[in-house]
Amino acid sequence: MTVSLQIDGKEVKAKEGTTVLEAAKEAGIDIPALCYHQKLAPYGACRICSVEVERKGKVQVVASCGFPVEEGLVVRTRSKRIDRIRKVLIELMALDTMVDGEVAGEIKKLAKEYGADIHRFESRFRTTPTRCILCGQCVRYCDEVVGEHAIGFVGRGIERRVVFFPEKARVCLTCQACFNLCPTGKIPSETDFVVFDGFSLDDYLSGAS
Amino acid sequence: MDEKRLSSADELEELRKEVLSKRDPAKPIVTVCTGTACQIYGSLDVYQEFIDEVRKQGLEASVAEAKATGCHGFCEQGPVVVIFPQEICYVRVKAEDVSEIVGTTLAKGEVIERLFYEDPVTGEKIARDPDIPFYKHQMRIVFGSNRHIDPRHIDDYIAFGGYAALSKALLQMTPKQVLEEVKKSNLRGRGGGGFPTGTKWETTRDAPGEPKYVIVNCDEGDPGAYMDRSLMEGNPHAVLEGLIIGAYATGSHEGFIYVRQEYPIAYQNTVQSIEQAHEYGLLGQNILGSGFDFQVKVHRGAGAFVSGESSALMSAIEGKAGEPKMKYVHTAVSGIKGSPSCLNNVETWANVPLIIGKGAGWFNSIGTKESKGTKIFSLVGKVNNTGLVEVPMGMTLRELIYDIGGGIPHGRKFKAVQTGGPSGGVIPEQHLDTPIDFDELTKLGSMMGSGGTVVMDEDTCMVDTARYFITFCCEESCGKCIPCREGLRMLREILTDICEGRGEEGDIEAIEDIAQVMQDASLCALGTTAANPALSTLKYFRDEYEAHIKEKRCPAKACKSLTSYYIDPEKCTACMICFRNCPTEAIHGSKNMVHWIEQEKCIKCNTCFEVCPPRFSAVRRISGEPLPPPPAPGTKPVRDKKG
Repeated sequence: MTVSLQIDGKEVKAKEGTTVLEAAKEAGIDIPALCYHQKLAPYGACRICSVEVERKGKVQVVASCGFPVEEGLVVRTRSKRIDRIRKVLIELMALDTMVDGEVAGEIKKLAKEYGADIHRFESRFRTTPTRCILCGQCVRYCDEVVGEHAIGFVGRGIERRVVFFPEKARVCLTCQACFNLCPTGKIPSETDFVVFDGFSLDDYLSGAS
Repeated sequence: MDEKRLSSADELEELRKEVLSKRDPAKPIVTVCTGTACQIYGSLDVYQEFIDEVRKQGLEASVAEAKATGCHGFCEQGPVVVIFPQEICYVRVKAEDVSEIVGTTLAKGEVIERLFYEDPVTGEKIARDPDIPFYKHQMRIVFGSNRHIDPRHIDDYIAFGGYAALSKALLQMTPKQVLEEVKKSNLRGRGGGGFPTGTKWETTRDAPGEPKYVIVNCDEGDPGAYMDRSLMEGNPHAVLEGLIIGAYATGSHEGFIYVRQEYPIAYQNTVQSIEQAHEYGLLGQNILGSGFDFQVKVHRGAGAFVSGESSALMSAIEGKAGEPKMKYVHTAVSGIKGSPSCLNNVETWANVPLIIGKGAGWFNSIGTKESKGTKIFSLVGKVNNTGLVEVPMGMTLRELIYDIGGGIPHGRKFKAVQTGGPSGGVIPEQHLDTPIDFDELTKLGSMMGSGGTVVMDEDTCMVDTARYFITFCCEESCGKCIPCREGLRMLREILTDICEGRGEEGDIEAIEDIAQVMQDASLCALGTTAANPALSTLKYFRDEYEAHIKEKRCPAKACKSLTSYYIDPEKCTACMICFRNCPTEAIHGSKNMVHWIEQEKCIKCNTCFEVCPPRFSAVRRISGEPLPPPPAPGTKPVRDKKG
């Protein structure tokens, strides 16, 4: 079953069950996203892929990576509201990813595109940058594709962190599948292989590694 | 088959008659509140003392029983004891008072005036609980049974009409009729959102896929809120009965009761109520001979506020971390393991047996046009009568706070009432005549929420209030999505800076900018509503934010960094009270020498301000203006102690 929808004024046909983000991609419309990966289940954490959808005259903001296409749906991937969401999100996440006054890769590109001032909240940021935006691509890839569960989340709220699990992390020596997924480059640049050998979770959490 | 099993409506009615026949309504019954709050005040000892004293004084034959019930609601006055049938109410009862109560009230029918409730406004001593203003203005249709029922005994629930609604639903109505009745009642979800319950049930019933689940959400966690705890502890069978009826209406045969980790008594009583319901054949196979089967499991939460969110709660039941998922397909259609799952709050389920028993027409006769029935609130904060109250929808906030709550203590001025917990907002004086109603409260920028109602007086700083709730969410958000996690973190930093005198031009706009993005883009309702405390305090008290930022002044004189304490030498009588109470020895002076505060040592704990006798009022809080110099050493008081 295919459904017809409109994305940025363009008539698009998509298979039922696909998401707005995938349908847009098919149609050559790029929606930025930081936690999306085509091999992984939709996660909806970065919210950079937020778009406006209109149905029955009602407009709402949704994460395009998880919102399923439907007949007659009108999607706007850029608007004042969407641009503001992306701008502020980048301004907020920039703080944690800043290295020597600059942000990495994809985030840097987005900052330019959306006019985000990556230093806007800098004076208010009082913790050490973790260099991680918790997009969870590493965690989910390890769970869903590799099936090793060697890396996961700990903590809640503003204390949430990604850690390697010591009992499992030995496989990382040869796998390294998550290294290229990391949108900030934290994993390849900070992972010292010594970490995996005789490593304890406590050491990692306390920063001793 | 167990001999206790009831296999028809008649057998349930026979059991009810049998239980009632053993009770002599003329004999006194003592009920001791053993809700969590009263237990902390020692009510279990009071209860045990009643059992022992009745025996010791040889009154077993003339006293029907002493009963440990769930929460009566008047937590301010605990432990609360009510003696039926006269409804004599004794408050703040200690174990030492019990032998006198037994010897005087139970043996001779005479009352003990010193244990009566005393009205703080009129000073009147009140004997019976229906006459106490706190109770008099309430309408306790859901919560009222708490003061009669021992939650540990199913027979007690049955004696008060329990499971009659279930019997009616299963044996006299079709599932469709039950569903229609709930829809007609216009019951809306008591957990906060106010979604129409019947519509939710219908969605689950009509959704494809088996099995279907029904779930009780007892993951209450708003600061200051404990309505669900008191219902789950005090009347678990009412919730269970509602759940079974809901299962029948939606075509579910499996249910869960999610009880948060922090509620051990609620958990115990829930588990026990399920065991007892099983013994009576009110759960399990062929309930009451109707052919309907239903099982229920209790899931104990692992201690996360965010698990109260429907998709997070269902993940937790699946054994995963309690984190919300995208819900573009509702959990009523795709919830636990992708099956249709109907989740309602404790209070919502507890309303169901009443609606089935008394009919949707009766339920519709209570409340406003769009919000029917009653709502339980936990009335806390700067209010004379704190406790749990149940009022009809449509009662005004003013009636709630002044008629039931008895107004603001110590003659202070009301400033705002915070409703809806961390997702809600503050409502100021000018809106106190707003009726309690889902839509009316939302219009004011707050929300009904699950019923947490925190009253604040003139000494409460609104920026600090916003900071408190934002900090709460910083710790309680799951941290998955960026707008919620990073937005909260930055709001907390900005609000802390404002409270501590580091606010800058542009901060208010930054708060609004972040809040808007959190509302628009967060993954779940925790995130989309988490900025509400900041937005609503800004809406009504923007001037307080501006005073903090521009003048470095806290109008409520509550923010420590912006407030200093000063003893007025003209008013100080050198009475030594503040001198003795200061925990850091920051106060200097002696008898016959006016006191002064060494600012470097002062930790701004407010003790001196509180202990200075009101007739002197010599301690002043100063914010945003220069501190007068201390008096010259050895200055003698100009005012004598008679004031």
